[in-house]
Amino acid sequence: MNLTIPSLSDRKIRILSTCAGLACTLAVAGCAAPPAPDGVNDPHEAENREMHAMNLAVDTHVLKPISGGFGRPGGGGAQQGVANFANNLDLPGDVVNDLLQLRIGKAAENTLRFAINSTVGIAGLFDPATAAGVAGKKTDFGETLHVWGVGEGHYLVLPLLGPSTARDALGEVVDYAMNPVGRLLQPPESYVATAAKVASKIGDRARYSETVDSVLYDSADGYAQARLLYLQNRRYELGQTAAEADFEDPYAE
Amino acid sequence: MQNNHSMMSRRRFAAGFALGSVALALPFPALALNVDQARALIDKAIGEINTAIASGKSQTALYGDFERIFSRYADVPTIARSALGVAAKSASKAQMTAFTKAFQTYISHKYGARFREFIGGKIEVTDAKPVKSYYEVISVAHLKGEAPFDVRWHVSDKSGKNLFFNIIIEGVNMLASERTEIGSMLDKRKGDIDALIADLKKG
Repeated sequence: MNLTIPSLSDRKIRILSTCAGLACTLAVAGCAAPPAPDGVNDPHEAENREMHAMNLAVDTHVLKPISGGFGRPGGGGAQQGVANFANNLDLPGDVVNDLLQLRIGKAAENTLRFAINSTVGIAGLFDPATAAGVAGKKTDFGETLHVWGVGEGHYLVLPLLGPSTARDALGEVVDYAMNPVGRLLQPPESYVATAAKVASKIGDRARYSETVDSVLYDSADGYAQARLLYLQNRRYELGQTAAEADFEDPYAE
Repeated sequence: MQNNHSMMSRRRFAAGFALGSVALALPFPALALNVDQARALIDKAIGEINTAIASGKSQTALYGDFERIFSRYADVPTIARSALGVAAKSASKAQMTAFTKAFQTYISHKYGARFREFIGGKIEVTDAKPVKSYYEVISVAHLKGEAPFDVRWHVSDKSGKNLFFNIIIEGVNMLASERTEIGSMLDKRKGDIDALIADLKKG
């Protein structure tokens, strides 16, 4: 009777655990869409600040020096190729999330984008899809949770990944677990995918070096600036800043 | 992916902000502001920025342009008061005057320094609409090698002139950002506004 269980492959177990995770989150998502959040919900500020300090140390001693080797911001074609390649590998996961969000049009667009860039774009090194008007749109499981009505929860700083929220951190975990590319690729190809992602992040660090520096190092309180920036921009991405209550009117005071 | 977003947004934020800070309103005749005027205002302001960016001037010269445009077309007193937050309520009139002046120097230094990121780029107005008691002008910034991004300008005539008092880049707004920054600076100086003013003056 239990014979089937030992015969389950790792992959199947991973799928099952993903499904279990989905079921849990769907149960959580039963409630109505939460109101657009405002302000900062950061009950774990002390721990978050510690994590921020750790990430900052990694940036200072590892990421920043390495990214300096990538040359000038906005740099060469190689860097762009790596970024394109990494972005292309994200597309199947984006499509899954689009479907979970019932955004069929976006799912179709991201699928078309993946098809074009994986072929004409030579395994995703180039991005002819954008030039052809198929710019696509990134998404993630955090957004899927949002669409299902899950509120952002408290602010969180994740190791290495940086600013997040309770909802988006869960999203990261689910995205990692259900990433179709991660399932299909076996070593050593899977290492190439991981390396491309890491290289892409370092490329970003080089490309946006002055901006990142100004937020992390030049601000009076880099933690507070990064938190505000992340929350505001994330809410904007999720379409939550359209609420008029979010607009500031300094003349009304 | 998350990190990509935030990296991007940090850059966009600062980039758009620097553009936004200079793209301030040209004064119009003292008529009640309407949506077309708000749009025309930002159109003109953006024209000025685009001209400055394309002028080929040195960064130092651009920085001078930036400070002039900012001091002339931004509602600096309102932005400064908002940045100071609750502390503005307890500040004396003399302190507010000094703070406003120092804030203008600070913000010009901070964002003027980022001008070179915009060389080869441009912004264009795409829409305008009334929001509450003011107007929101929507524009798209095209920077070299970047996906276009959303920059919104809030314009009001409440100061007696048509001026622009906030910029929102991909959801990140200047007033909130500067309130956080100035608030942190004030905390570090144990709430001493005079010390804050002295340090802001240094740029």
